[in-house]
Amino acid sequence: MSSIYSEIILDYYRYPRNKGSLPHAQIHARDTNPLCGDVIEMQLELDEGHIVKDVKFNGQGCAISQASASMLTELVKGKTVDDVRKISKEDVLSLIGGQLTAVRLKCALLSLKVLKTGVYDYIGSTDATKDELSGL
Amino acid sequence: MLRQRWAAASNSTSQKATSPAAAATASCRKARNRLPGLVVPKSTTPTTEPSLTFAGQLAQSTVRGYATQKQATAYIHGKKPYDVEKVRHDFPILKRVINGKPLAYLDSAATTQKPRDVIDELTRFYNEYNANVHRGVYRISEEATAAYEEARANIARLINANSPSEIIFVRGTTEAINLVAQSWGRTNVGLGDGIILTEMEHHSNIVPWQLLAKQKGAHLKYVGLTDDGHLTHEDFRRHLESDGIKLLTMTHVSNVMGTINPVREYIREAHKEGCRILVDAAQSVPHMPVDVQDLDCDFLAFSGHKMCGPTGIGVLYGKKAILEEMPPYHGGGEMIREVHLYESTWRDPPYRFEAGTTNIAGAIGLGKAVDYLSEIELRNIQAHDQELTEYAHDRLGKIKGIKIYGPENPRTKAGVISFNLGDVHAHDMATLLDEDGIAVRSGHHCAQPLMERLGVSSTTRASVYVYNSENEIDRLVDSVERAGRVFKV
Repeated sequence: MSSIYSEIILDYYRYPRNKGSLPHAQIHARDTNPLCGDVIEMQLELDEGHIVKDVKFNGQGCAISQASASMLTELVKGKTVDDVRKISKEDVLSLIGGQLTAVRLKCALLSLKVLKTGVYDYIGSTDATKDELSGL
Repeated sequence: MLRQRWAAASNSTSQKATSPAAAATASCRKARNRLPGLVVPKSTTPTTEPSLTFAGQLAQSTVRGYATQKQATAYIHGKKPYDVEKVRHDFPILKRVINGKPLAYLDSAATTQKPRDVIDELTRFYNEYNANVHRGVYRISEEATAAYEEARANIARLINANSPSEIIFVRGTTEAINLVAQSWGRTNVGLGDGIILTEMEHHSNIVPWQLLAKQKGAHLKYVGLTDDGHLTHEDFRRHLESDGIKLLTMTHVSNVMGTINPVREYIREAHKEGCRILVDAAQSVPHMPVDVQDLDCDFLAFSGHKMCGPTGIGVLYGKKAILEEMPPYHGGGEMIREVHLYESTWRDPPYRFEAGTTNIAGAIGLGKAVDYLSEIELRNIQAHDQELTEYAHDRLGKIKGIKIYGPENPRTKAGVISFNLGDVHAHDMATLLDEDGIAVRSGHHCAQPLMERLGVSSTTRASVYVYNSENEIDRLVDSVERAGRVFKV
């Protein structure tokens, strides 16, 4: 009956994968959604080949923000930093499924914004990346 | 008993066109002034300002033959059922269908819907007498000025101000509080002085004082809360007895928990210690009779859009003697007496604080909203909100896993219920309710310090007003239960 709150979303909300922290992470970013108070923190540990060896998220907020963060960690594990940089919002939305209103879209994409902020900090950001981040 | 009264109210739907109450209400819709005019002697202080008193208004009313006593019989408190279906008919937006279901609007603490009277008056203003006020000597400017000042007088009557000159039009509660902080505050609060606030304030009654405290080196002192959402009186006494307290600024009704604070008692105690008082009445003036002379507050702030008026218009009430001593907040046209190259002189209140072209249409619309609410009568609105709050409290309270914040006794609350269900986040709750056509607020409600005190990051808030019915509360309860099933709480 509910379009967004699938069994999968609720499962990730209740039993989040990769939740925690990585003390030796090279990539570390955190952001909040000031409108609703959602908080997401992302930590990525890389190997010598710039491949994501381990990833953890931390945070609090609604089912959509927390489930999407958890799903995103599974997506980035094993990818190169450059591939992580290329993850699009469509990729994240397809993980979540269902229709989101404009306000709830911000919840769904907060983790991607945090992830990209961290990645761009790591590889060095440009003006174009600022535009991309402000579009999330 | 509550059930029966509401059943009676909803049964009257089918006969609304013929019921005497409906007929009486329809006839008095023509009248513009709903409350008996107050005769207040003109100010004896010499002034060059146009005299703003109720006397002129009253004379006008008599000429028009307004039968205020008759109007009062349309809704007699406790004698005739409150005809919510008739009230609902006045609000065009309630015809909307959301996700295949009628809109159940339960977010009036954020902003209320607008009755047709207000919408029509805004249209009429722009279609028929749109002009800048006060200086035009042509017909429509005079009409606009008269309507603008009549709105001011209506508002003064609503809160029983001594004179319309104590009513300053601002953008809303936020601007009203900033005005007091920057005009009165910068003049009267100095290094080491104290300002008392409460932990249940809206950000709009915290941040302006933080800014002032930083500018002047003053201290903010917070009255804490009990676990059931009441103010801790001992905190208040302790702060009041400390040195250099210049102001108590507190909300009348909590926008999160609905707690009705004992402002009258707090004001009395604060005055004994010689400090000034500002009351944030954004959640009280729309919902209950508020009498500034009875409260004896020095300032009172509220917003038009939370009481059936347009957005972008609100009111700062201030005692005349205090306003007269205050410097301007904004500089510009309309607020000056004389302007020279290097200095200027100011007009008397309220105009000193209304620089530039104000929200004329908004003020006129708010005047119309005051007419509308006065017609129903604030005490009837209060009783209606109270019954719905109690009903919602009672029904929601029975849902397994629910936590309702604030006072346990709904009789000490005004129209606002905040809750959480299990580990369902408020935003998820609000999204699920929206699927059923129910509009509620979710989040921190611009009261993060209070959220911290409650130990939550957000709550779901349902708030009621004149047009809400018991049926909508039933739908809310069903939908909250459905959310519980979706999340397997």
